[in-house]
Amino acid sequence: MSQEALAATEQHDGGVAAEPLVLGAEAGRSRGAAARGLDVLVRSIGPVILALACGALLLVALGRDPGSFYGSVLEGGLSRGNWQDTVIRMAPLLLIAVGFIVVFRAGVWNMGFDGQFLLAAAVIAGYGPQLDSIPTLPLLAGLFVVAALVGALWTALPALLKARYNVNEVISTLMMSSLAIGLVNVLVKGPFQDPKSIVPQTRLLPLSSMLPALPGTRVNVGILVTLAVVLVAHFILTRTAVGLRLEVIGVSRASAVHAGINVRRVIFVSFLVSGGLIGMAAAPEILGVWGYMRAEWNPEYGAAVIPFVFLARLNVLAAVPFIAFYSLLSVGGDLAARKEELPTDFMLVIVALILLFMALTEYLGKQRDLGESYMTEGLTRIWRRRRA
Amino acid sequence: MHDVLSQVFLTSLISGGIVAGVPLMFAGLGETIAERAGILNIGLEGYMLFGAYTGFLGAYYGHSVWLGFLAGAAAGALVSLVMVGCCVRLSLNQIVIGIVILLAGQGVTSVLQIAQFGTTYPRLDAAATLPIPGLSKIPVVGASVFEQPAIVYLGIVLIVASAWMLRRSRMGLNLRAAGERPESLDAAGVSVTATRAWATVAAGAFSGLGGAFLSIVAAGIFVPFMTNGQGFIALVVAMLARGRPLRVVVGALIFGLASSISTALQLIGVDISADVVNMLPFIAVMIALVLFGRQAYLPPALAIPYERGRRGA
Repeated sequence: MSQEALAATEQHDGGVAAEPLVLGAEAGRSRGAAARGLDVLVRSIGPVILALACGALLLVALGRDPGSFYGSVLEGGLSRGNWQDTVIRMAPLLLIAVGFIVVFRAGVWNMGFDGQFLLAAAVIAGYGPQLDSIPTLPLLAGLFVVAALVGALWTALPALLKARYNVNEVISTLMMSSLAIGLVNVLVKGPFQDPKSIVPQTRLLPLSSMLPALPGTRVNVGILVTLAVVLVAHFILTRTAVGLRLEVIGVSRASAVHAGINVRRVIFVSFLVSGGLIGMAAAPEILGVWGYMRAEWNPEYGAAVIPFVFLARLNVLAAVPFIAFYSLLSVGGDLAARKEELPTDFMLVIVALILLFMALTEYLGKQRDLGESYMTEGLTRIWRRRRA
Repeated sequence: MHDVLSQVFLTSLISGGIVAGVPLMFAGLGETIAERAGILNIGLEGYMLFGAYTGFLGAYYGHSVWLGFLAGAAAGALVSLVMVGCCVRLSLNQIVIGIVILLAGQGVTSVLQIAQFGTTYPRLDAAATLPIPGLSKIPVVGASVFEQPAIVYLGIVLIVASAWMLRRSRMGLNLRAAGERPESLDAAGVSVTATRAWATVAAGAFSGLGGAFLSIVAAGIFVPFMTNGQGFIALVVAMLARGRPLRVVVGALIFGLASSISTALQLIGVDISADVVNMLPFIAVMIALVLFGRQAYLPPALAIPYERGRRGA
């Protein structure tokens, strides 16, 4: 068992750039790499195309014209400056995606995303307008940190239960999520209620203390913060010992124990980081887009992000184009669904189809010995070697 | 305080608790059977939504609640075939396919409902109840417990039958073996795939029935997203019941009662925020997880696909 861990170390130290070089084998290897690259491309994009095709059939069955629907999706997500909305929505989606990748790599399921996101949103939307004595820049930075802390705090109990007693985290995070949604309603209708409004909502953050826009656009700087987080996360997950430990735990807890990894601590910390990133996702949304929060508001970003995290094979950088695509789909889909008088939930069907086709493609891939997308690239290589 | 414990309060609390608990009971029972066989259905909520939608259609167009229940159970079973095909047959990840079923359940039922009825929500007549002669005359308990739609009594019979099946019958033994040590079941000459497939279909059918109860009896209408997390609570009920159908009833009732407290309190004029009261069941589960979570027993092969001849993980 511990051989896996050792092999993983070997792989990791080698890194991507320094593959074991055998002269002469180079040409063959690069062809192999090209073929494999094509495989990865087909298996990442194939499910999306199949899902869109199936979605088109569904639209025909519902008596709509798929061409005009997808056309409106593109138009709604890209044209006439709408691309800016797509980029704005990428910020929270990407932070959530990174939050998922951190725990999924360790083979742990954080299903409490809605609660972590909404509670963080409520706290910063509630306290933000009250702290107008603090200068804007430190205030905004502070609120990003507070959002992350709230998300992390809300994950602490499930993380502890998982790390110490191996209590099923799917259940505990779901329960904490439902609990958080109740707490959000209590907070927004109670202490955070805007006294000037009869609708249950928080006070409005003054425009001057919202996230500034990038020059010449409506896009707020949240996307820059997000991209910075993406780069840092990518570095940590692929280039440091911490990232390696996560991967080893993800593939086999037993081998991680054999390799002397403190499994409990790694699981606990990665769980907290995941909750923290998902909580932080509320900051660009509240501070950049809305400026306040209504009770019962739930954009339900989390569940739809999961398939794209898998399509990106749990790789943070690869997640960026996928999330950009989904962001386009969701911004444009909202507009298109309204235009075609379909419920916006139609997009859920598309996402479910993507996930289904992805899983089926995985099966075919597995038959052809290509590994699974629930594993990272390095582990897939080890797995392949083990089978050989 | 005397007022609070008045007859009205108790009657409303208990009957509300039972109505809210029955969908959890059905879905929890289905999940218990599937978990015993080693299949984790994260998509329970999806089955329930399909069951609620189809059940509503059956009762609405068929003018019979029984047709509705039948349609709901059939829809749940049909959708669970996706789980059977992908997870039992092709060994795909159960959590991923569970999320597929959850998202598809939410999206498809919502799209179909609006395509069919637009934004109107047609209502069904209240389901007929079947009072048990004699017992239904007892004050408080009579009207709230012994005057239920016939499907509730049928549910109790199904629970007892499943408990017997799991503990005493050969089929139950096979099911448990599929969750404990699938390779020994295989060695004994019983198909692991078939055993798990039946257990999964049972989970789909029971959850569909629970969803149908929700739309036909509890609400009388179908609204998109109406299950509102109940599938996940049923999952928790099943996990805390540790594979015992009779404990599923207890757990479902506790959750049902917790969710009917706020309505019952409002009925007697106690003003307490529904948001606070609605949090009670989740707090209860978290306390239960903290206290008993470490003792929770789940079958060792739960959520692990069985592939003949594969080296142990």
